[in-house]
Amino acid sequence: MTVVDESNTSIAADRGDALLRVDQLQKYFPITGNGLLRRRIGDVRAVEDISFDVVPGETLGIVGESGCGKSTAGRTIMRLLEPTGGRIEFDGRDITKLSRRELVPLRREMQMIFQDPYSSLNPRHTVGTIISAPFKVQGVKPARGVQAEVQDLMARVGLNPEHFNRYPNEFSGGQRQRIGIARAIALRPKLIVCDEPVSALDVSIQAQVVNLLEDLQDEFQLAYIFIAHDLSVVRHISDRVAVMYLGRIMELAESDKIYKAPLHPYTHALTSAVPLPDPRAERKRERIILTGDLPSPINPPSGCVFRTRCPKAQQRCTDEIPLLREFSPGHYGACHFPEERKLV
Amino acid sequence: MGAYIVRRVIAMVLMLIALSMITFLLFNVLPADPARLTCGKACTPAVIAANRHRLGLDDPLYVQYEKFVKGIFVGRTYGSGTATFDCHVPCLGYSFRQGEQVTDLIKAKFPITAQLAAGGFILWLVSGVSIGIIAALKRGKWEDRAIMGAALVGYSFPSFFIGLLLLYFVQIKWHLVSFAGYTSFFDSPSLWFQALILPWIAIAMVQAAFYARLTRNQMLETMGEDYIRTARAKGLKERTVIGRHGLRAGLTPIVTAAGLDLAYVLGGAIITEQVFNLDGLGKLAITSVIDSDLPTITATVLVAATFIIVSNLIVDLLYAIIDPRVRLA
Amino acid sequence: MSQPFLDVKELRVQFPTEDGIVNAVDGVSFSVQKNETLAIVGESGSGKSVTAQAVMGLINRKSATITGEVFLDGEELVSASKEQVRSLRGKRMAMIFQDPLSSLHPFYSIGRQLVEAIKVHQDISKAKALGISRDMLDRVGIPNPERRLKDYPHNLSGGMRQRVMIAMALLNDPELLIADEPTTALDVTVQAQIIELLRGLQKEFGTAIVLITHDLGVVADMADQVVVMYGGRVVENAGIEDIYYRPEMPYTWGLLGSVPRMDVGRHERLEPIPGQPPSLIRLPKGCVFRPRCPYHELVPGNRCDDERPDLVPTSASHAVRCHLEPAQRREIAAERLGSPAMEET
Repeated sequence: MTVVDESNTSIAADRGDALLRVDQLQKYFPITGNGLLRRRIGDVRAVEDISFDVVPGETLGIVGESGCGKSTAGRTIMRLLEPTGGRIEFDGRDITKLSRRELVPLRREMQMIFQDPYSSLNPRHTVGTIISAPFKVQGVKPARGVQAEVQDLMARVGLNPEHFNRYPNEFSGGQRQRIGIARAIALRPKLIVCDEPVSALDVSIQAQVVNLLEDLQDEFQLAYIFIAHDLSVVRHISDRVAVMYLGRIMELAESDKIYKAPLHPYTHALTSAVPLPDPRAERKRERIILTGDLPSPINPPSGCVFRTRCPKAQQRCTDEIPLLREFSPGHYGACHFPEERKLV
Repeated sequence: MGAYIVRRVIAMVLMLIALSMITFLLFNVLPADPARLTCGKACTPAVIAANRHRLGLDDPLYVQYEKFVKGIFVGRTYGSGTATFDCHVPCLGYSFRQGEQVTDLIKAKFPITAQLAAGGFILWLVSGVSIGIIAALKRGKWEDRAIMGAALVGYSFPSFFIGLLLLYFVQIKWHLVSFAGYTSFFDSPSLWFQALILPWIAIAMVQAAFYARLTRNQMLETMGEDYIRTARAKGLKERTVIGRHGLRAGLTPIVTAAGLDLAYVLGGAIITEQVFNLDGLGKLAITSVIDSDLPTITATVLVAATFIIVSNLIVDLLYAIIDPRVRLA
Repeated sequence: MSQPFLDVKELRVQFPTEDGIVNAVDGVSFSVQKNETLAIVGESGSGKSVTAQAVMGLINRKSATITGEVFLDGEELVSASKEQVRSLRGKRMAMIFQDPLSSLHPFYSIGRQLVEAIKVHQDISKAKALGISRDMLDRVGIPNPERRLKDYPHNLSGGMRQRVMIAMALLNDPELLIADEPTTALDVTVQAQIIELLRGLQKEFGTAIVLITHDLGVVADMADQVVVMYGGRVVENAGIEDIYYRPEMPYTWGLLGSVPRMDVGRHERLEPIPGQPPSLIRLPKGCVFRPRCPYHELVPGNRCDDERPDLVPTSASHAVRCHLEPAQRREIAAERLGSPAMEET
């Protein structure tokens, strides 16, 4: 068991050149008081000190329940939100403090797909306009012309290329998500942050979109950060998974490890809570039911943030924040009393 | 809550100060010379100059404004020597045209406007809201279509037109109400009522149409809410579902509109007062504009604005009482 | 088998719209015993929620045409008077919904909403009703119930709100509980709590539960019997084991193949159903699933296009709406689902 020196060592220094490195990233949202002067009286600590990296072509899943900070983390990495602290490095370049203008060329490399395919597409623009927007913004002129390129993209994501003149409301939810994907891959980015991309879709459509994302990854060597609350989908699509709770990463490991041999008590509870679509297996499983509610991110518990609901909590958990440590190669956990358990 | 009210009141005062400055400035940069307007045709430059001096109009603008504000809080004295006269607190200026302190003018006119507004308000609120509820409950039926059609017609007629129609038919042709004009309630309740009923209707008609539409839409939206379905799933009688669960939530936004509209009419129902020849704030405002009676114009604008701003605050406070989710901060 | 507590026969719900008649529920039949959980599974637009609301009498009879029969403990509800159905709602049959925040009235305290639910069916004092409410909150695992009575819905967490909804549904000891996506809006650890709670309550009160959901994991966890709906029709109705291990309808295969499983790694590719769900206005003449079905060519002639398949029993507790031959279906199922389908059979 090696304790990682938190000051300097990047989590995956030995995994080759990272495409994205996130180091002790923080995002706080200030809250103002009710007093006469509305002074800042605290912060919502949405993201607290998270570190990870992503190598080209891999999928890093971020799972967690509502309020764990996973979406905020995604948006902060994309620099849609200003980080409060920490460092984001993309392709070897520090992008933490880039200005809005300096960020523009970066958008060719990093794109984002959102949960709600209804509200993330401008209803007054045709699909052709939406998908070609990145070309216009970046001043890129495809060799065969914008329309041919857009139609290729549409065909590639499974839309009828003849529909480029239609408006988003003429498409179903799954098709709209495909439009969003076409827009995201238009400039052949290296990284796409997918924020709950399939949560709003029906199961049969969800599977179509998941397969599409996998195919595109193989074809274009895309790296994904796949943010979702659905552990089954995350397991399915991710190479590695980070489990977040109250703004912090609790556990980070290869997908198989997270599900087969998790070591953090929160991961235990989370994975054991997901029902399997298999009645025999499901009814035989041990289930860890968490008690209590999520504490407020304004005033998180001292020490380990999970200790108020943790069945294994002890005094040390109140006194000392557990750092993310490497317990076996590539398997990181933030817990004072980790224990591998087989639950699935 | 306390801090919230204090903050809102401070904001309110700042707003009123800004507003008074703008109004004051606006009327002082107008080409009309206030001093010239203080005397009639037989004016001599000497009289004008004297009046100018008496009213302090020869002072720099900021001094005039300072005196104006001071007048509101401590009163002021116009002129000097023997030719002085006092303007008591709250002094909003002195109207040469009317030969009276503006505050007194407003005090005299306000009760009529208040009666007009109050009666009209009750009439339009009660009729508009109940018509709107009926339309919502009969959604899509002929009742709904008839009501909404009528409301659209009512809403598109200007109130002076409705007023003139009422005057022509009800008063002039059919003699259903007396020609006596405004009479105090204490002198004759009957004449008082006959003088006000038509203006009430005129003022309420357009508003009622608006409130009927608003209420209907609010009710329809509310009746589609999930918690209404829950209320039905509990087995509540439809009457309770509508009355206790639907109305409470559906009518809340109407409080906002009603508060602001009432304040607006209280500031002077200009057209209605003019049509029915009621001597209220609205008529005062019109007359003072026609006469370029600057002190009165400034004062009526300020009074009307104060009503709006205060009612805004009251509406917000009411909201916090009605809806437990609203936190005033 | 005793007479089922809820027996739905050929239920049809049609909504007239400007574009045409929407056949939201198109001849749906199923039944539930006491102490049993029946899951209705389907995607959006399958008609599962409308079915539930029609059973509860929550669909405005003026805006829809409802035909068929719904027997609650032998009493027919479709033809019963509105007042009759109302008096059963919240008393013998209760319902909980997907989004507990929007399903509770934002302006009234929890206590007031609970007391109201009791007093509409029981003639007791407010103090006594408050007592019952407090006990029920305690029973559904809400800490500090006395204080919660004074709280408003927005003061509670999502899981607590759904517990309040469950408490409200159970106040008058209903024999049937319809749960419409009761955990869909909740986090997975909270979902586990709520499922546990519903199961415990069923054991305690012997309630018949109709669980409406799209989540095959939740179904696997809770259901005894499963009705799969597609395009307003029941396409398969079977016991829980049959649905997961011996499904016979191509749509059910598609659903099972679409769900990623947490116990299976990333290299298993999902097998989605191609195409889009049908429009409920212009339903296909034959089988509703025909346009998305990869197996229709195995059926001779154009039967899938022309002839609407019936829901045909293949065993005592298994019925399927499909033109494929039973032997063909079993063969394809075994191939698609691999060995687990055959194991232990």
